[in-house]
Amino acid sequence: MYKVVSKKKLAPNITRFSVQAPAVAESRKPGQFVVIRACEEGERVPLTIVDSDPEAGTIDLIIQDAGYSTHQLCGMEPGDNLLDVLGPLGKPTEIHNYGTVVCVGGGVGTAVLYPIVKAMKEEGNEVITIIGARTKELVILEEELKEFSDELIVTTDDGSYGIEGFGSTVLKNMLEEGREIDFVVAIGPTLMMKAVAEVTRPHEIKTIVSLNSIMIDGTGMCGGCRVTIGDETKFACVDGPEFDAHLVDFDEQIARHQYYKDQECKLTEEIDKLEQEKA
Amino acid sequence: MATSSRDRKRRTRSRSKQRRKKVERPPRQPMPTRPAEERIRDFQEVALGFTAELAQKEAQRCLHCTNHPCIEGCPVAVDIPAFIELISEGEFGAAARKIKETNTLPAVCGRVCPQEEQCEEVCLMGKVDEPVAIGRLERFAADYEREHGEAKLPETDPATGKKVAVVGSGPAGITVAYELLQKGHQVTIFEALHELGGVLVYGIPEFRLPKKIVHEEIETVKNLGAEIKLNMLIGKTKTIDQLLEEDGFDAVFIGTGAGLPMFLGIPGENLNGVYSANEFLTRVNLMKAYKEEYVTPVKVGEKVAVIGAGNVAMDSARSALRVGQGKSDVSIIYRRSREQMPAREEEIHHAEEEGVKFNLLTNPIRFIGNEKGVVEKIECIRMELGEPDDSGRRRPIPIEGSEHIVEADTVIVALGTMPREFIADTTPDLETSEWGTFNVEEDTMETSKEGVFAGGDVVTGSATVIKAMGAGRTAAAAIHEYLTEK
Ligand SMILES: Cc1cc2nc3c(=O)[nH]c(=O)nc-3n(C[C@H](O)[C@H](O)[C@H](O)COP(=O)(O)OP(=O)(O)OC[C@H]3O[C@@H](n4cnc5c(N)ncnc54)[C@H](O)[C@@H]3O)c2cc1C
Ligand code: FES
Repeated sequence: MYKVVSKKKLAPNITRFSVQAPAVAESRKPGQFVVIRACEEGERVPLTIVDSDPEAGTIDLIIQDAGYSTHQLCGMEPGDNLLDVLGPLGKPTEIHNYGTVVCVGGGVGTAVLYPIVKAMKEEGNEVITIIGARTKELVILEEELKEFSDELIVTTDDGSYGIEGFGSTVLKNMLEEGREIDFVVAIGPTLMMKAVAEVTRPHEIKTIVSLNSIMIDGTGMCGGCRVTIGDETKFACVDGPEFDAHLVDFDEQIARHQYYKDQECKLTEEIDKLEQEKA
Repeated sequence: MATSSRDRKRRTRSRSKQRRKKVERPPRQPMPTRPAEERIRDFQEVALGFTAELAQKEAQRCLHCTNHPCIEGCPVAVDIPAFIELISEGEFGAAARKIKETNTLPAVCGRVCPQEEQCEEVCLMGKVDEPVAIGRLERFAADYEREHGEAKLPETDPATGKKVAVVGSGPAGITVAYELLQKGHQVTIFEALHELGGVLVYGIPEFRLPKKIVHEEIETVKNLGAEIKLNMLIGKTKTIDQLLEEDGFDAVFIGTGAGLPMFLGIPGENLNGVYSANEFLTRVNLMKAYKEEYVTPVKVGEKVAVIGAGNVAMDSARSALRVGQGKSDVSIIYRRSREQMPAREEEIHHAEEEGVKFNLLTNPIRFIGNEKGVVEKIECIRMELGEPDDSGRRRPIPIEGSEHIVEADTVIVALGTMPREFIADTTPDLETSEWGTFNVEEDTMETSKEGVFAGGDVVTGSATVIKAMGAGRTAAAAIHEYLTEK
């Protein structure tokens, strides 16, 4: 059993958990993820490992309440147990001293970005972090990221905090101003990652993105997480989740994300109904 | 000289005449089966199993011949004539225990073994009539023992203090654990998934092999004291070297199967609605997508095409029928002809009965999707058979200009699997073949690394449950010897 040891709300629909998973805590590296299952009837859900404490045997996960299973997970309280935690899965981020690294995070992708920012800084890079959210109250990890960033820029879609607009535009402006950038990491909604890829492509700056493909096992057994990279098919859970942004077929990823949306909507409607009945 | 050869001949002739006259052997008893139109709407078992009466009747068909070729035909050498004798005497529990002397999972094997190419193929009775239904009898005995609470744990030797890590909990791993626990060794099973059983739980569907039965048979290794560690992907969570050097295991058995699905590599294969058989079956079996209360989704459209014609393809087609509540149109697309289909005859027969269609000598060349990126059609080409290839089967050759469109809104690709690389990648001194399988010594299953043994699909590529168990038995004996000498 994998006990939830602490829980903290970061934004109205985003929660951070510490969970006991000693074997994972010991071996995980930045960029890797776990697959968890909350209860017998639940799905297997992939989640990035945001941080870990090998001594306490815990890993930190940040979960956005975005559907049936993540809603269920966000309802867990300290003392509750997750049924399964499998990991660490996927290839770790290739952390090197690249020079100047720009890390762009969008929405809950900011959580996925955090361990990479930290590792890039510790490796001696100059780190510029750009994080974006729809609106002020959804901005997460600002303080934590500041600690490891030489520069931190916040954007909101509605302009309620920081710069109004998207991270990709901020990055574009930097490049147009002639800033020297050696490496870019972008993690967030697929459309945002696609936008960043298009910004850096003409400048030929190596850019990686972390794909949140639909997964089941997370161990290369089902191929449900297939992605087209250049002219090859890869499994995001084993070959990724990070890939060269300039080779990813983002449109295919967007389509694959939509496939079960109708069934998911049915389930979420059911939760809403149940909660209304409760209230 | 006591008797002339003529005398002898006459005597034998009259004896065999007598025997034939005295013992009226009943015909091979058919397996009671649910009607097709009923069973395609649910996931309950198709074959219902013998009653005691049927079993005893079938058991009487055994000739008790002196050579018992059936035992040699069985990869784990079950003492078949002995257990059949016990059934005919009405000693059903004892029959099950006789099987279990060499077979850890009799209720599983009684259901899924290809007996027609093993014990039943060589059965002497088969030369004069149909062979004895050994598989059905095995299933009967095992079910009887379980259902009547007669299952007993085997005796175990005194503790040796030696520790063995078993990686993977399919039939190979479970067999190794069972054998070594009996020898008094301490066993820890490391399994990547959240359930024990390997293909038995994620691949083979409920209507052919109820999961309750798998769980109950596997329970024995837990009751014998195996430590179970689920959610442990060896090569990621821990490496083989860590198990040996840090965790103090004296030997390791790798039974990680062949779990990596192969695809066709043709355009459009990553469209929505195109599943590997592993994904489709895992959603349905392991994640129980067919049950209302389980959250994992699965989609079956109006027209389902299954690519391939092995057992896995039949399981996929028949599962799709059931998920679609018998309303979907399901067909198999296969590039060779009927005679070359690798699936068991029984499976093909069941699929046909249930209404699965066969689109033979046809090969997909491209998947075509709609504006939402969901598969809609398959462009196929017709094939003809040419000269035999390396596998001895006639090679399919495309017929130029025969391209045509097949409608399909769900596609399941069942082309076979290969071992995954987590362990090979992180254990450089383990030798593998070009197929990614581990190289082992045939009589011990020892790998190129000292103290590390491997068996089952990870060594042979996808094979059968009983072959994996046979490899497990060989490995367990060798591990026991290795530990005793160490
Ligand atoms: C759909 C389907 C139908 C089949 N039908 C039949 C049939 O009717 N009759 C028959 O005889 N055979 C059948 N087979 C084949 C048979 O199931 C296999 O040959 C057999 O299960 C192989 O056993 P195994 O123990 O080698 O591996 P598996 O059963 O594959 O078990 C391997 C286990 O190891 C785990 N694992 C893998 N990697 C790791 C790792 N790195 N760390 C920890 N754990 C790991 C896996 O999760 C899995 O649980 C079928 C196969 C499929 C897919
Ligand atoms: S999630 Fe199944 S192969 Fe990647």
